[in-house]
Amino acid sequence: MSSSTYIAPTDHAKAADKFMEDEERVNWHDKALWFIREKRDVASKQLPEWELLRETASQIKQNVLANLDTYLEQFEQNAKQNGITVHWAADAAEHNRIVLDIINKHGIQKLVKSKSMLTEECHLNDYLADNGIDVVDTDLGERVVQLAQEPPSHIVLPCIHKRKEEVGELFHKHLGTEKGASDPAYLTEAARQHLREKFLTSDLAITGVNFAIAETGGFVVCTNEGNADMGAHLAKVHIACMGIEKIIPKAENLSVFLRLLARSATGQPITTYSSHFHRPRPDQEMHIVLVDNGRSIQLGRKDFYNSLKCIRCGACINTCPVYRRSGGHSYHYAISGPIGAILAPNMDMKKNADLPFASTLCGSCTNVCPVKIDIHNQLYQWRQIIAKEGYVPATKAQGMKVMANVMANPTLFRVAGKSGRFMMRLAPGLASIKAVNPWAKQRDMPEAPKESFRDWYIKNKKKS
Amino acid sequence: MKVGLFIPCYIDQFYPQVAVATLQLLEKLGVDVDYPLQQTCCGQPMANSGFSHYTQGCDSLFVKNFTGYDYIVAPSGSCVLHIKDHLHDDKNQAAADQIRSRIYELCEFLTDVLQVKELQASFPHKVGFHVSCHGQRGLHLSQMSELNAEDFSKPGFLLSLVKDIELVQLNRKDECCGFGGTFCVSEEAVSVKMGKDRVQDHLEHGADYITGGDVSCLMHMEGILKRQKSGVKVLHIAEILNGQL
Repeated sequence: MSSSTYIAPTDHAKAADKFMEDEERVNWHDKALWFIREKRDVASKQLPEWELLRETASQIKQNVLANLDTYLEQFEQNAKQNGITVHWAADAAEHNRIVLDIINKHGIQKLVKSKSMLTEECHLNDYLADNGIDVVDTDLGERVVQLAQEPPSHIVLPCIHKRKEEVGELFHKHLGTEKGASDPAYLTEAARQHLREKFLTSDLAITGVNFAIAETGGFVVCTNEGNADMGAHLAKVHIACMGIEKIIPKAENLSVFLRLLARSATGQPITTYSSHFHRPRPDQEMHIVLVDNGRSIQLGRKDFYNSLKCIRCGACINTCPVYRRSGGHSYHYAISGPIGAILAPNMDMKKNADLPFASTLCGSCTNVCPVKIDIHNQLYQWRQIIAKEGYVPATKAQGMKVMANVMANPTLFRVAGKSGRFMMRLAPGLASIKAVNPWAKQRDMPEAPKESFRDWYIKNKKKS
Repeated sequence: MKVGLFIPCYIDQFYPQVAVATLQLLEKLGVDVDYPLQQTCCGQPMANSGFSHYTQGCDSLFVKNFTGYDYIVAPSGSCVLHIKDHLHDDKNQAAADQIRSRIYELCEFLTDVLQVKELQASFPHKVGFHVSCHGQRGLHLSQMSELNAEDFSKPGFLLSLVKDIELVQLNRKDECCGFGGTFCVSEEAVSVKMGKDRVQDHLEHGADYITGGDVSCLMHMEGILKRQKSGVKVLHIAEILNGQL
């Protein structure tokens, strides 16, 4: 099934405007995600060593990024020894080609796929659909958005933007559930039956990778639904797709990351399934595709390389007050929210120039990040680069130039301030024209005082 | 001790009473305060919009105005954080660095430098305290709800010294109000929605006043309150601590 009918909005603010048209829905979306943020808070506060765990994870990843080539080659060697076929893909196109070649080699027409943000990033589903392959996403949320022909709106909770009634309608249409049914237990059971048939009849399974371990050549896939296991255990061919930053040096490092991942993501102590794959079964073929797709470039960016520490927990997304009120699709990139906004400009700065500005720089994202990525600082840094490259509206650039000149000149500043306040007192309605002044659309302007503080100070305090 | 008073541009122009309260409060506490008359802005509006390369003039002016003081104090966490993190002057980086290490937000100056233990102020009202992000997550004026760390609040301590004040508890004690500098107009819809939600939290808990350490956040929430024809007022924390209301 193709998701090509979905046209992504291209400007965050415009998309957010649209999302905001249904305020009651925004409230529901905000509360659903805040609930998860609160669960995360409770879970993290049950571990006295929480902040130490974050620091440890950050440093392990620091080491990984500093020695990425070594660890990747070590992983390749060990994986090969285990009987896994290792592929290297420089970009999304090569990744997709490699996957299709394996599928074609086995003459396979349909396959199951568990959650993988990498394959979303590479638009693998569209590519395979265009090549006549039937892909079924087996993560429940992923299946919902796939049936709706939409991309996921959240990396951990792909259909968090959909209410249960909407899921009921989709399932009625596609899975034949009763019309109007919206009971989650009933709908989930229907999905289980529907997916079971897919698992049993698919000869090939694609999974993502949460952690690949250099010293063992094995990898770990975390799910709550066991769907990665169902797929991989029933299929003759297992393809695991991973970004090259998913490497960790040692199996013992999992004791840090597995404790952080689920607590940060949903407030669970650990994902229901943490499945360790080391080698194919005797009757099975196992492939792993190591994908760069822009990561080497990001690694070379001094201010941004540590975004590659990300373990895709989604905590920054759940806590982001902008995300909760604008929805994941407003980010028009495979990975939404604050982390997406610092990864996307690396892939296409012009197309994603709006994303680093879709933030108040409140810093909550940085605080919840289990690997301590300084997300809000990177948003600030991207803004500097994007503005210098000229990917901001010309009117904004001109306005900033004027403002900079006024602020560098005390006399100009005073004249501008005085005339501004005078105008606001003379014609308060003028500043409230909603079309000219976006501030005033839903907010009153402050009342302009007769004198500035400086005027008052000179009159009352200045020592001669 | 000589303190240079930094009054952010929008406070100078729109909220002079906040600057007056800050000055009076510092003087009451025995501080020798000087207000450099040629000051304008910290440069944050340009820098946060991506135009830090336009702020050299603003930065040099700031360095010129505030060199030589023992401390620089401002009633704004956001502007202080910007100076602390970004003040830069090609011609005189040493002076810029000195300012960066000597600038304080008002509350932290009162608790950390002056070590204030009592205040002559009374405010017999129900008050909601708005935690501004840059002061909290940037300057660590209070503990952040995301961290597994001991709770504290510098402005909270100062408000506890005010007689008869009743602070209301909020559902989300440190969620952003959505002001965000130019974000408030470039992302108008999200900005206003964040502000409405923040204001609602205070209203639901019966606040008669909303106070905080940053006028920018307060101006945003005041704009929303006034549009809603609400009787709830906003005050900068300096106005309450100064006790002249």
